[in-house]
Amino acid sequence: MLKTVQIFFIIILLSSCAVDPEIKPIVTQDEIKEIVPDGWPTPVYNFSNNPLTIDGFTLGRYLFYDPILSSDNTISCGSCHQQFAAFSHAGHDVSHGINGLLGMRNAPAIQNVNWLPAFMHDGGINHIEVMPLGPITNTVEMNETMVNVVAKLSASNKYKQLFTNAFGDNTVTTQRIFKAIAQFMGTMYSYNSKYDKVKAGKDNFTAQEQSGYTIFQQKCASCHQEPLFSDYAYRNNGLAVNLVVNDSGRAHITGNASDRFKFKTPTLRNIEKTAPYMHDGRFTTLDKCLNHYISGIVTSPTLDPQLVSGISLSSQDKSDLIAFLKTLTDTKFLTDSKYSEIK
Amino acid sequence: MKKVFALLLVAIFFIACKKDAVVPPKELPLPDAIDTSSFIEIDFANIVNGLPLSLQTSTYVSSANDTFSVDMFKYYISNVQLVTASGYTYTEVESYYLIDQSAPNSLSILIKKVPSNHYTSINFTIGVDSIRNVSGSQTGALDPLNDMFWTWNSGYIMAKIEGHSPQSTNVNKDIKFHIGGFSGSNSGVRKVSLTFPNTANVTKNHVPVVQLSADVYKWFAQPNFTNFSTENNITSVSLSSKKIADNYATMFNVVSVVN
Repeated sequence: MLKTVQIFFIIILLSSCAVDPEIKPIVTQDEIKEIVPDGWPTPVYNFSNNPLTIDGFTLGRYLFYDPILSSDNTISCGSCHQQFAAFSHAGHDVSHGINGLLGMRNAPAIQNVNWLPAFMHDGGINHIEVMPLGPITNTVEMNETMVNVVAKLSASNKYKQLFTNAFGDNTVTTQRIFKAIAQFMGTMYSYNSKYDKVKAGKDNFTAQEQSGYTIFQQKCASCHQEPLFSDYAYRNNGLAVNLVVNDSGRAHITGNASDRFKFKTPTLRNIEKTAPYMHDGRFTTLDKCLNHYISGIVTSPTLDPQLVSGISLSSQDKSDLIAFLKTLTDTKFLTDSKYSEIK
Repeated sequence: MKKVFALLLVAIFFIACKKDAVVPPKELPLPDAIDTSSFIEIDFANIVNGLPLSLQTSTYVSSANDTFSVDMFKYYISNVQLVTASGYTYTEVESYYLIDQSAPNSLSILIKKVPSNHYTSINFTIGVDSIRNVSGSQTGALDPLNDMFWTWNSGYIMAKIEGHSPQSTNVNKDIKFHIGGFSGSNSGVRKVSLTFPNTANVTKNHVPVVQLSADVYKWFAQPNFTNFSTENNITSVSLSSKKIADNYATMFNVVSVVN
């Protein structure tokens, strides 16, 4: 009986403490508006069915950084998507889930995702609003069910307040969760790199960067198309198949043998900060990536035709190209406090 | 599960209460005073080759003479359309229902805003149309909470059977058929048209009850004969799942229309 009373008091204490005085809009409406930078294509996703609000964005931001979305409350979206690494997982080849479990693939950067026609390296997820279902329910990532997520959030006074702020009442639904996260992820815009400033006539490349840009346009841009630096197509770029994992890539989704070992072309924006590289994080440096294209291409039936002879680059070309790639680093994006974890 | 129902009910309530003007479908010039306030009730009796389906407790025999039991039987019914003798149609909007044998409340659905008329047949889709498969997060019957949505390859599972069979080659003798795919030649979406034995007469004050049966036996019978020793675990879109969908397209029958 005493124990029950104690527990009861603890619950009261906890619940009274749970109303987080820190919950407040930390951004202005101006900071979270929809953006389509000059010269960019029309985004795939816009917010016409998910009106952007400060409170919606803020709820998404809390959810993104909250390990409550994982089965043992240890892993958040932000665990594997770190802002300073353009929301990729710095230094980790593949994703790390609950209980130290390893996934098969490298956690990709999150930036300019409104332009993505499909998500994941194999394009299996077709919409930003259902994207979080993948990692949340994957048994080697967050390993949680949406039934539990809804139950846990519904029991939290903090989230009751956050949902009320965002949606007018404290009912927690999967749709509200996903729309809020889409507001947070969908406004992660990176368009303030030196490259962008040069393009806008507000800065100049160095001679080496300019040389690298010319090489890039000649030898890389057919797949890494500007301004998003991806064509979002699925390609086999000649990586030796890891026989242990034997990840068939796009073929896992389509079931077509012609898609075996194809993966979505990744953007190169903030590439300086998103190591390690490739769908399985096998290359730790940009130099190693370029060496792969120069001399590491493995021939197979689905190898991209453009890579049959590899890409010829002198060591000077490589240095110049890397100098150019570093102009895609967007420090404002990487340090913008509105994307950071709310402590 | 209760929560799911509550959500479903809330969703239905909202849909039913939507204030938008009730515009009768263009294709249906109404003979009488325009009245779109009525309903048709559709009851689903899930069976196996003439026997009532009871989950877990009963065993059945498939067309391949395989013995099996059913632990789970769920399917989507969507875009319900009612047709009159003269060929006019009424198509319900926001018409998505998850029929779940384990949830008795789901076995009876109300088609809403039905114009008064005499209806002679019904059309609907087994599964979820392609648009809702690519439109982001949904609610109600289409909420991913219902465990009918693939997270790694976005799209709804149109229909699902799980159970056991001694003929299964799986370690724990289970059988699992999660049939999905919303586009392409292996799609799991199927259209069904059923003729009523007598007209369903909808008036403002009268809700006819259409009883349909859905026969699990048909999933493995025709046109694609299936036995559980070779086919016991389908959880992705393939020619195998397409064949099962071809089979379940034939699973419905009209038992009765009671006015």
